[in-house]
Amino acid sequence: MKCVVIGGNVKVLGKAVHALSRIGDELYVEPTENGLSLRAVNSSRSAYACFLFAPLFFQLYEAGGPDAHGELFRCKVLMKTFLAIFRSLPSLEKTVSKCLISLNPRASRLVVQLHYKYGVTKTHNLSFQECELLQAIFDKQLCTSTLCASARVLVDAVVHFPVTLAEVTLGVGPSGKVSLRNYVDEETEPSKTMVTELCLSEDEFQDVRVPQETQVTFCLKEFRGLLSFAESSNLPLSIHFDTPGRPAVFSLEDPLLEVHLVLATLADSNASSQAQTANGACHKCAADEDFAVDDLESYMIAMETTTVPLPVLWVSADTVAGQSSPYSQPRGAGRGQ
Amino acid sequence: MPLLLPAGAGAGAGAGAGADGSGARYVLVASLDKARHLSTMLRAVHFRDVATCVATANGLKAGIFQEFVVQEESVTFRINLTILLDCLTIFGTSSLPGTSTALRMCYCGYGYPLTLFLEEGGVVTVCKINTQEPEETLDFDFCSTNVVNKIILQSEGLREAFAELDMTSDVLQITMSPEKPYFRLSTFGNAGSAHLDYLKESDLMEVFQCNQTQTNRYKISLLKPSTKALALSCKVSIRTDTRGFLSLQYMIRNEDGQICFVEYYCCPDEDVAETEL
Repeated sequence: MKCVVIGGNVKVLGKAVHALSRIGDELYVEPTENGLSLRAVNSSRSAYACFLFAPLFFQLYEAGGPDAHGELFRCKVLMKTFLAIFRSLPSLEKTVSKCLISLNPRASRLVVQLHYKYGVTKTHNLSFQECELLQAIFDKQLCTSTLCASARVLVDAVVHFPVTLAEVTLGVGPSGKVSLRNYVDEETEPSKTMVTELCLSEDEFQDVRVPQETQVTFCLKEFRGLLSFAESSNLPLSIHFDTPGRPAVFSLEDPLLEVHLVLATLADSNASSQAQTANGACHKCAADEDFAVDDLESYMIAMETTTVPLPVLWVSADTVAGQSSPYSQPRGAGRGQ
Repeated sequence: MPLLLPAGAGAGAGAGAGADGSGARYVLVASLDKARHLSTMLRAVHFRDVATCVATANGLKAGIFQEFVVQEESVTFRINLTILLDCLTIFGTSSLPGTSTALRMCYCGYGYPLTLFLEEGGVVTVCKINTQEPEETLDFDFCSTNVVNKIILQSEGLREAFAELDMTSDVLQITMSPEKPYFRLSTFGNAGSAHLDYLKESDLMEVFQCNQTQTNRYKISLLKPSTKALALSCKVSIRTDTRGFLSLQYMIRNEDGQICFVEYYCCPDEDVAETEL
């Protein structure tokens, strides 16, 4: 695989790496026919992000030939090292004119080369590990609720929460009122906590399709990482969610770039023991496991780690929002990527 | 030449400092009307607590002093640099326009303390810092006739590079060559290698005189302290000799336009492994 990024897109790539670094410790690099995909997942499998850069994002994009199994070569590298290359975003913008990334399976290095002004070039030869395909199973079309807003609105909302806050609850009430509240554990003493709640009216959003009152709780840290990227890209952010316990999907789309962040959400309050598994042990999916069995109760996002197509995780939406409602039209163009 | 009499009693009195009436005779007197010039330079070499000061008639610092008199052929003493810096900046380190600290530095010779007279806004402070036995100064025996390769670069090209050096690498490898890659800095860290290449035609390159391809490795821990001098400098000269010894000369221009130089010497790392491409 070989690709070249020039001009302002170098900074976009850098910002994507920064957002991914908020998710996991390893960066999965996967060239595909549709472009270069950079992915990350956290250790408890409760957050997954994927940035897909279309071939047109690059000045040059060659995915490389498939190997004996018909697959394109993919690898993973240490996030810390990759991030160090793109660490200083202002300096990327000011001094880097070109970035070349090349991955040759036969060589043992991923090469990232930055061309600075004044004829200076920095070449990084990073060691990588081969890896299985990293793919979260989700389908936006099966999410009953959708919100769409400019990133600015959401950034201005989350700025009110302390930086250390772990989880936030997004709720949609009657008449389309959208609220954001810091999540407070049931075990915490009410007299020792401060609750902050922010309400946004429907007209701050570009689209609100929520069939019934609902609220979901997810981790704020990873969400902030995506928001920071979204704000600089000026793209509207869509949030697709369902009942508590099912993953929420945050996405940005434009012809050159597609971004998906999938976050697990806290299951219902009567299953408080499940909340303990929030940062629990990693749930590794073996290649041949049948996913359709018990993962509905799991806090973890199902991760597909092979290329064998597997059934979509959760049962279809008809068990959830059976009543018809003006808001429940399925969203078009959702892709189970 | 007669021994210099203390300030106020003879010709060549320094600016602004109070007279020392003790009748002591000085072997070294240096006066400076902006102590900051000296403290800035000393900070550039402040990576160990002690420094050996060698003053000769051609002392490196002679260019910035208004008065610099040395009685003996060379005056050497060891002094705690941290304390010296603290004294030089005793009136504070911020530089308000129109104010400056005047300095008169005096030394009577072996066994005597280094006396600093500092004055700002009519307030005089006298500091006496005990001096120590001078230790053997390393003589790298780096002479210009043995220089094989020489480059002068504008410092701004190296500052970020040095700040972002992969510190998991034990060594910094420097390649200088009349052919590609011309000038290359390489590190070999935990996650892989990194190479920073400068073209000889680069706008940052002021002088490029490389006769022979040389690749030398230096312990990165030895070179890291030089980043302080790099940050203050406008230009740096990088030279290697036939043994692979490295000389870094940083040209620092202070706010009055005076030029000073800070030099670093480093010997190559003994265990040289195969260069990783």
